[in-house]
Amino acid sequence: MTEPKTKSVSCSCDQVHEDELYERLKIIVQSQRTVPGALIPVLQTAQNLFGYLPEKALRIVSKELKLPYSEVAGVVGFYSYFSTTPKGKHTIRVCMGTACYVRGGQDVLKALMKELEIGVGGTTDDRKFSLEVGRCFGACGLAPVVMVDDETFQRVKPSKVSEILNQFE
Amino acid sequence: MTTVYINKQPVEVKEGSTILEAAAKAGIKIPTLCHVENQIPKGACRVCMVDVEGAKSMVASCTTPCSEGMKITTNSRNVREARKFVVELLISEHCGECKTCVRNEDCELQTLARELGVFDIDYEGETLVSYIDDSTPALVRDSGKCIKCRRCMTVCNEIQGVGSLFAQGRGFESRIGPAFDQELEGVTCVQCGQCAAVCPVGAITEKEHIDYVWEAIEDPSKFVVVQTAPAIRAALGECFGYEPGTLVTGKMVSALRLLGFDRVFDTNFTADLTIMEEGTELLVRLKEALVDKKQVALPQFTSCSPGWIKYAEYFYPEFLDNISTCKSPQQMFGAVAKTFYAKKAGVDPKDIVVVSVMPCTAKKFEAQRPEMNDSGYQDVDFVLTTRELGRMIKQSGIDFKTLKDDVMDSPMGSGSGAADIFANTGGVMEAAVRTAYEIVTGNELPLENLHVQPVIGLEGVKKASLKIEGCKPEWSFLEGVELKVGVAHGLGNARKIIEAMRGGEEFHFIEIMTCPGGCIGGGGQPRFTTDEVRMKRIEAIYREDEGKQLRKSHENPEVKQIYEEFLEKPISHLSHKLLHTSYIERNQN
Repeated sequence: MTEPKTKSVSCSCDQVHEDELYERLKIIVQSQRTVPGALIPVLQTAQNLFGYLPEKALRIVSKELKLPYSEVAGVVGFYSYFSTTPKGKHTIRVCMGTACYVRGGQDVLKALMKELEIGVGGTTDDRKFSLEVGRCFGACGLAPVVMVDDETFQRVKPSKVSEILNQFE
Repeated sequence: MTTVYINKQPVEVKEGSTILEAAAKAGIKIPTLCHVENQIPKGACRVCMVDVEGAKSMVASCTTPCSEGMKITTNSRNVREARKFVVELLISEHCGECKTCVRNEDCELQTLARELGVFDIDYEGETLVSYIDDSTPALVRDSGKCIKCRRCMTVCNEIQGVGSLFAQGRGFESRIGPAFDQELEGVTCVQCGQCAAVCPVGAITEKEHIDYVWEAIEDPSKFVVVQTAPAIRAALGECFGYEPGTLVTGKMVSALRLLGFDRVFDTNFTADLTIMEEGTELLVRLKEALVDKKQVALPQFTSCSPGWIKYAEYFYPEFLDNISTCKSPQQMFGAVAKTFYAKKAGVDPKDIVVVSVMPCTAKKFEAQRPEMNDSGYQDVDFVLTTRELGRMIKQSGIDFKTLKDDVMDSPMGSGSGAADIFANTGGVMEAAVRTAYEIVTGNELPLENLHVQPVIGLEGVKKASLKIEGCKPEWSFLEGVELKVGVAHGLGNARKIIEAMRGGEEFHFIEIMTCPGGCIGGGGQPRFTTDEVRMKRIEAIYREDEGKQLRKSHENPEVKQIYEEFLEKPISHLSHKLLHTSYIERNQN
């Protein structure tokens, strides 16, 4: 695996920062211990802290909330909102709303998956790109639409996806 | 009380009862593939659907509480079609060959399909992926056969408090298992097999040792001895159509001989030996605490139940010193079979194969613990569950019901009534008290029929206290002491009693059994074990105990013999080497 070029929370140069985050998480979880149904809000908080849910964070949640690790994992796996893989530098979102879908959004998505060698929800090994789908970006006239971070690409053809990706460092 | 009408028949039930409970009370069968007795209903399988007048749609009877005047129909075309539809969908994604499945003819899904008239599946589509997890010594999981009923999850989490299994993922991709698709070996599974005991299909089963046992029996160079745990005799009959609670001790011995075992012995013998060792250990601990004022780990916990041992190793490592160092009766048997008996019989211990028949799956794990080879060999070679023994008897064509009664061989085939009751919750405690009291006072335990009544029965946590009076001079430090004992069965209850102890409640001796009801409700027992079945098996065990002249471990002549000829005395140097063990802290990850 190539080293990520970007500063990421899981990078060793940020070790101190990361340890601090785990400490912070521990304190937050401990404060929620007696709250019924605390698991999901706590997981949301953890994901906001780290950008994803690393195993160490889930272990802390399990231990501090006194819930089996299998249950914590079960909840994380049930909701597509939660991610156990770190997000890439750039988030690609392919619209799967009705208009984009009928105008070939699915083919664009397939082309991106092939090009990046990841599935929906996945992140490339070099942590450059994460791939997600969206449900209507409100730009139906431009279908099919792909967004990379805040930038919108319209009338995308499957054959053009590598061209789009090349624009991002 | 609430009155409801099921199929026009009035039924009076306690407030808050579910429709499923009301129907059971009225003798009306509603099928369910997910419900676990006494547990919060999950509504996962959807085969218990019924019609309720005025309701928008059919309801799941397990999760719907009765309300006054409710009119319920359990048998209409609508209901039958809905149930059939659910079962058809379950079968359409089921990946497994019924004909060769270990649960064939014992599968709840198959039975229900037959009852509902499902003879044809019209839905062609994806089936589940069969992933086999055989990472542990005791259990095998097959994801292809799992119908996601969540019974295993209920027992693992809510009854046992172990938490190894949970629903993972979502929709068609969902599966029941450890976090992030780990194998059982990598998580806190204690191998109790309660999941296998409640699984309606063949998705969780014990790891079979049948072939290894046949191979050993058929090898002329091997001398194969078998030991049977106390709980087998009260349950094996169920494999052959007997009512739960039928004692089949004599027939079982005959069957074991016909299978070809060279000697048929009794784990009861080493259960009595356990009492000698464990009872003495308790008295030593009490003496050290009360007379020598030493820091001694008290209360002492029992150590017969390997699931509990592994549970403590994971979750309560700080109490490992409290657990009796005695090996379980199964392991004591293996250790003396390959030393004491080998010498007596003039057989080279390397040629002795020790097979145990246990109500338990965790015993398969226990036998393979690396430290269990004090005889110089693996002390216990193979472990069969009660169900596996039933299958072996059927494989060999033995007509079990026509067998004559036979008796076990000597010198390791005699067991007292105290050993019999090891099979159920409260039994080890009572057995220990019968002996310890008599050692200390010289008098028989002054309780009716020798029973410690408060620790008998299915209540999860039981307590008793016993004033010791009339001590012999050497035990005078115990004069007037209130011996406080606790009993828990089911690991969730073990947790309760430990937490009570942490909260300051005083105990001297605590018995813990992994499975609800004790070994008679073990993960390897014939299916299906309900509280009613547990009670019947327990009653049978007490009948066996009360029917014996010999009811106290220390009076067992074979136990006296092994001390005279071999071990010298309880907690001697040799018994320490062969009959005692140590525990390790395990990482919860």
